Formats: sequence, structure tokens, C-alpha cells
Amino acid sequence: MDSSELRQLRILAAKSRLGAILGTYHAKSGHPGGSLSAADIFTYLYFKEMNVDPANPDWADRDRFVLSKGHCCPSLYATLALKGYFDWNELTVLRHIGAMLQGHPDMKKTPGVDMSTGSLGQGISAACGMALAAKLDGKDYRTYTLLGDGEVEEGQVWEAAMFASHNKLDNLVVMVDQNGLQIDGTVDEVAGIEPLDKKFESFGFEVIKIDGHDFEQIASALDKAKTVKGKPTAILAATVKGKGVSFMENQVGWHGTAPNKEQFEQATAELEAEIKRLEGEC
Amino acid sequence: MAQTVLKATRESFGEALCELAKENKDIVVFDADLAAATKTGVFKKAYPDRFFDCGIAEGNMMGVAAGMAAAGKIPVAASFAMFATGRAFEQIRNSVAYPRLNVKIAGSHAGISTGEDGATHQCIEDIAIMRAIPNMVVLNPADHWEMKAATKAAIEYDGPVYIRLGRLAIDSFNDPETYSFELGKGITLHEGNDVAVIATGLVVNEARKAVAELEKEGISARLINIHTIKPIDRDIIIKAARETGRIITVEEHNVVGGLADAVCEVVTAECPVKVTRIGVQDEFGHSGPAWELLDEFKLTQPHIANVIREVVKEK
Repeated sequence: MDSSELRQLRILAAKSRLGAILGTYHAKSGHPGGSLSAADIFTYLYFKEMNVDPANPDWADRDRFVLSKGHCCPSLYATLALKGYFDWNELTVLRHIGAMLQGHPDMKKTPGVDMSTGSLGQGISAACGMALAAKLDGKDYRTYTLLGDGEVEEGQVWEAAMFASHNKLDNLVVMVDQNGLQIDGTVDEVAGIEPLDKKFESFGFEVIKIDGHDFEQIASALDKAKTVKGKPTAILAATVKGKGVSFMENQVGWHGTAPNKEQFEQATAELEAEIKRLEGEC
Repeated sequence: MAQTVLKATRESFGEALCELAKENKDIVVFDADLAAATKTGVFKKAYPDRFFDCGIAEGNMMGVAAGMAAAGKIPVAASFAMFATGRAFEQIRNSVAYPRLNVKIAGSHAGISTGEDGATHQCIEDIAIMRAIPNMVVLNPADHWEMKAATKAAIEYDGPVYIRLGRLAIDSFNDPETYSFELGKGITLHEGNDVAVIATGLVVNEARKAVAELEKEGISARLINIHTIKPIDRDIIIKAARETGRIITVEEHNVVGGLADAVCEVVTAECPVKVTRIGVQDEFGHSGPAWELLDEFKLTQPHIANVIREVVKEK
């Protein structure tokens, strides 16, 4: 990846964050914290990794993405809008009556959303089903899913992990957005999921640990996953909840709270300054 | 009339799946370590490449099936009714029904006729649970021929379907030469105007025998077989309420939330008549041989006949 590509990705990620702030502000609700921590991953998947066609969102041979941590859809929606699936202005009516963009992803309402999710632990199973369907049909599309680190407390995640490795789903990449925070506190305080790498390893996964905000590390992990044969890959991405908005970073309170007008303006100013700075580097 | 076939509807279901899979290559089957019991094992043997055992993990099974359906397959996910609809309720609700994915859920060992395994395995709530989920079609076939036709209809229907299977071998009563299954349409098995008996599933044949017995006593009972609990055949129920003025429901399920309530929902809105509800009276089952349990819970011919007699007398 050259510096210009990298800069472009950073601009797109900042815009994705801007969209998440815009959406949650207008919705007066939603989940900015985990949206901001996952924005770099969404950006890389949709702009570099996945073989998709926004003009043909239901194309049978496309790569699939399942947002298992469905509540973090505001920045996914922003990324999908940036990619051209729908108009950016849809974000201003996020969660409103009749909106295409629901509070949690709805595959029947939103172009580009491959699976309806929101109830934690369920998306990874659906991703397994899609990966298995590709195997059965002899197709080479790949399936990606993103989980929260709080989400892995759900037992279904481990049922799915067993299923994925038992069925040798090497066309499946399970990513975990490890921002370390969940509603009731830090993940360590609430449940204690570590050692997560050893857990996935013992469930038969190839495990790769990365910085989830470093595009080069995201790229090399996803590239490596393509070379892994006979087993699924888990990418554990260390992230910062609220990343990119100074007053939201590492604050548990920003899990499911929308910014008020003042906070919206400050967050927007910060992200726009970042975009301007990055564009100035071009 | 063809010869009576003595067969559990789970067997009929397994057979039907195999026959349908011959033509329809999109059918894939999932089970949760109960393939020998739900009879998806027959499919596994015939089509090993299209069968996936998910292990004892029903929640994941429903999610995987949803993902498969999203990728264009027609997944059938089978387990005991208790675990399919109980353990995996929320996966069915959120991953299958909400996006209206084309998954067929088969719940075997439904009702108290599961027998010796006892209350933990005798699901008497599955119809209530599945019926309460938007987008879900709920089928409860009554004999071998109906199960085969219902399975075919479920596969042909594009959307989520719950189909209830029984463990106990029962006599067929439909004639395969003339039988026709239409999703959402009840079947009048016997005409009559003194009372309408509306039955579903395994106990339809018991109700049929009771109605025949009473005919000899001069009681003219109409018998309606409701194989599709949802969407329910409103017209046939309203007509029965208008023409007989009195309804008796018969089901091997809790009277709370099942056929009884589905029928009451129609008549209270359209043509209020008194409804007597034969079924499991909001209590758990227990261990015992199936037919002894069915008798104890008053779901067999003599008990049904007694209720009909009393209702007609009171009318």
C-alpha cells in the first residue's frame, strides 16, 4: 500500500466516523462508541478487500460481510453510502419512521447489508452459513464478520466457532473489534474473556492479532487469511472505543449515547479538521 | 380408499425430504445430533453432501440455516420441537423470521405422545411460540399422507415455515388418491351441523373416530382438520361458527396459545360462539407410554366423544 492509498483510506475512515456522528445525532440515539472503533475495519473491507458491486448489491458471487455487532451500524451505513450503495443523506434520517437505515442492520431494507443482525452472537452463525453455502456451490466468494469483544460472551459465538472449524471454513474471516468496553464497564471487569487468542486457537482458528486502526496491519492480516487452508481465521483487532473524537475515546458512556448539538458540532469539527489535514497532504 | 399406513409423521417427513431433494438441489438439511430421531438421518444417508450435523447447538444451527438461506439455499433445520422452538426461539425470531429467510424448521417429538422421555422433552408450547412470530407459517399435519404433502408445500413456499412432527406411529386416514394439501386451507373431513369439531395434528384421527361413533347415536358433528395453524383458514372457522353455533377444538398442545386460541381469535372477532378446548390443560406432561398418556390427558376417541355428547346436550 503506498502513502497515497493509505491517505485515501484514512480520509474515508474519517468520513465514515463523521457519518456515524451525523446519524446518531439526528437519530438522538444509537451507538457511536463501537461505530468509531470499527470504522477503519469497515473502510478497509469495503474499499480494498471485498469483491462487491454497489450497483448490484445482491450479486450472487459477491463477498459477504455480516456485522455481528449490529449496533455499530452507523459507521457501516456511512461506509456503504461512501461506497455508493445509497445516498449519504439517508444518515440524517437514521432510525426515523420509514427510514431505510434501521437502528440495527436490516438486509431487506438496506442495500449492501448482507444479513439482518442486532441480537448479539447471531451474525457469526449466519456468516458460517454463507461460507458453507460457498463451499457447497464451489464458489470462491469469501465471508467476513465483525464481532464485538463483549459479544464473544454469548455462548452462540462458540457454537459457531466450533462449527466453522469443524467444517473447515477457510473462506470465513471472523474479526473481533477489541475496544475493551461494554455497557456495564470494561470487558475485563464485566466478564473476562481473555485469553481470547488462545480460545480461538483452541477452537481451531488461525489467530492473528493486529492494531485495528492500522491499515497496513489490517491488510496483511486479511491477506494472510487468504493463504490459510482448512481452517477459519480469527483477526483480533485492538481498537479504541470512540476513536477519532477526543471526548469519546475510551469512554464507556459513549457506548449507546447520541451526541447533543454541542457535542455533535465539536465531534464534526474534529473529524472535518482531520479530513482537511489528510487532504492537505495529497 | 388406500390401505391404512401406520407411521410416525417424522418418518413421513424424512421420506418426503429425500423425494423432494432428488429434484430440488437447493435443499440442504441440518440437524442437532438427533438425525436418527427426527428422521433427517434418512436424508443424510441419501444425500450426505447436503447434510450437516451441527452438534448439540440449536441456536447456531438456526443461524447457519439463515445464512445458507441468505445465500440462496433452502435449508431445513430439524431438532426436537422443544429445543428447536424453545432453545432457539430467539435465533428463529431474529435471524430467520425477521429477515423472512427461506428456512424450514422441523420440530419432532412434539406433544405428550413423545412418551417415556417425560415432560422435559414433551413440547406442548411450540405452536404457541412459533405462531407468535410474524412472517412464520405453522404447519401441523395429521397423518402420513398429509405430512408428505405438507413437506412438499413447505419447500415450495418461499419463506420461513415451522412444521410439527410426531414421534408416535399413527394410522393414516387420508386417501392419497384424492387428498390435496393447500397451505392455509382447512379440510372438512365430516359434514354436520350440531357442533363443529376443529382438530389439528395427531389427534385429528381420534376426533374423526369420535365423530363417526357419534353419528351412529344421531349426533351430527362437523369435523375440520386444520393442518395450517398459521395463516389459519378464517373462512372455514367462521362458516362453522355460523352454521353450528358451537365449536370444540382438539389439539395435542397446551390449550394456551395453540389451536384453541387461534380459533378463538377468529370467532371472537367475526362470529362469537362458545368454544370448548380439548388439549393439554396448562400443565406439564410426565413419563409413560404414549397412548396411555394421550388417554390420561383425555385426548383419545372416548374422551373426545364424551365432550361432544355433553356439548350437544347442553346446546
